[in-house]
Amino acid sequence: MEFKDYYEVMGVKRDATQDDIKRAYRKLARKYHPDVSKHGDAEARFKEVGEAYEVLKDPEKRTAYDQLGANWKAGQDFNAPPDWDAGFEFSGGGYTGGFGDGAGAGGFSDFFESLFGQGFQQTGGQGGFRSQGGFQARGSDHHAKVLIDLEDAMNGATRSFSLRVPKVDAQGHVTTSERILKVNIPKGVKQGQHIRLAGQGNPGMGEGKPGDLFLEIEFNPHSIYRVEGRDVYLDVPVTPWEAALGAAIKVPTPAGRVDLKIKPGAASGNKLRLKGRGIPGNPAGDLYVILDISLPAATTDKAKDIYRDMQQALDFNPRVKLGV
Amino acid sequence: MATQRTDILTGIIIEEETRLSLRELCDACAVHVEFITELVDEGVIEPSGFDRSHWCFSGINLRRIRTAKRLQQDLGINLAGVALALDLIDEVQQLRSQLHKLPGSGHD
Repeated sequence: MEFKDYYEVMGVKRDATQDDIKRAYRKLARKYHPDVSKHGDAEARFKEVGEAYEVLKDPEKRTAYDQLGANWKAGQDFNAPPDWDAGFEFSGGGYTGGFGDGAGAGGFSDFFESLFGQGFQQTGGQGGFRSQGGFQARGSDHHAKVLIDLEDAMNGATRSFSLRVPKVDAQGHVTTSERILKVNIPKGVKQGQHIRLAGQGNPGMGEGKPGDLFLEIEFNPHSIYRVEGRDVYLDVPVTPWEAALGAAIKVPTPAGRVDLKIKPGAASGNKLRLKGRGIPGNPAGDLYVILDISLPAATTDKAKDIYRDMQQALDFNPRVKLGV
Repeated sequence: MATQRTDILTGIIIEEETRLSLRELCDACAVHVEFITELVDEGVIEPSGFDRSHWCFSGINLRRIRTAKRLQQDLGINLAGVALALDLIDEVQQLRSQLHKLPGSGHD
């Protein structure tokens, strides 16, 4: 996918103020609006400008976009770094509006979608401002996505997160301040759940209380386990003789090794449930072991002989059902 | 904001331990009361409590409401459309999770 230089599209410098950007947008929107423009590619240009404005008008998205770095050139092949938006605090501004009347939303580029598509967690634009009389107001709530390991959810843990908080200064420049949070990860937390940290959102005005910070939990991909809710899935390779004759094998679980009994006649894809060995909770999740029969390679004469013996001794046609 | 905090914060899991009042839910999702009321009317979320002043919401609704808000804002669809989209999204997620349980499905 091609990198899009939104500053170039808008014809502004990278350090342009929010006001500069707004002015540039208004001018370009007038120039390229499909109803008034005589340009042949007006609609395409109008959409392109609208998309650039979607990002640059919002201090939070703009900061996130800026941190991709200034070295990208328009048209360069680009892939969003995985979890590039993790650890970012977002308080407002969905990616709506900005297209003016008539053009409607939609038609964002793949580049835009890859950055600000489904994974980009943010709230609507209203903020949590609620006047309580006089000059006090409760601070708005913030949301941030954080990555933890499966083991943190299994055992509980204390983790430090570095959150970048974008804000606009008095001159209209976007700056980021970094904020380190040390948070207790509650044992048993599931993917997609939110931890509410009371009073850690935006400061209130006057006597108003500060808002809350909501951390959305996401798990780092694990090298061997897959997680669904509180259940944990694990593919376990077994030998043909273990599957055929039954065996006791050792399998890892997130809480340590256990012995697992395999009944004779097991097949690939068989699912064995270890009750309560998933993520703790009420009820605790289960661990599912999925058997995967692994064949020894016939690379030595001895191995080849054994396969030939089987061929002769066993009257085995796995394709009977296919009628051949 | 720029100050570093080193004290350890303890929070609660909103989806499990919490019942939210209408007001708290509005703050947490950064939406107006009217938006929540419309979602209730549309059957997208279900409060407990016999009338509006006693409404109470499970924390599970947090994600649903935030998604609804984004769909409405970004795609310009009305609430009936949002409700349908949410149901379809749920269905896709269920199918994905079925897929995820198959052997060798790896990570997404």
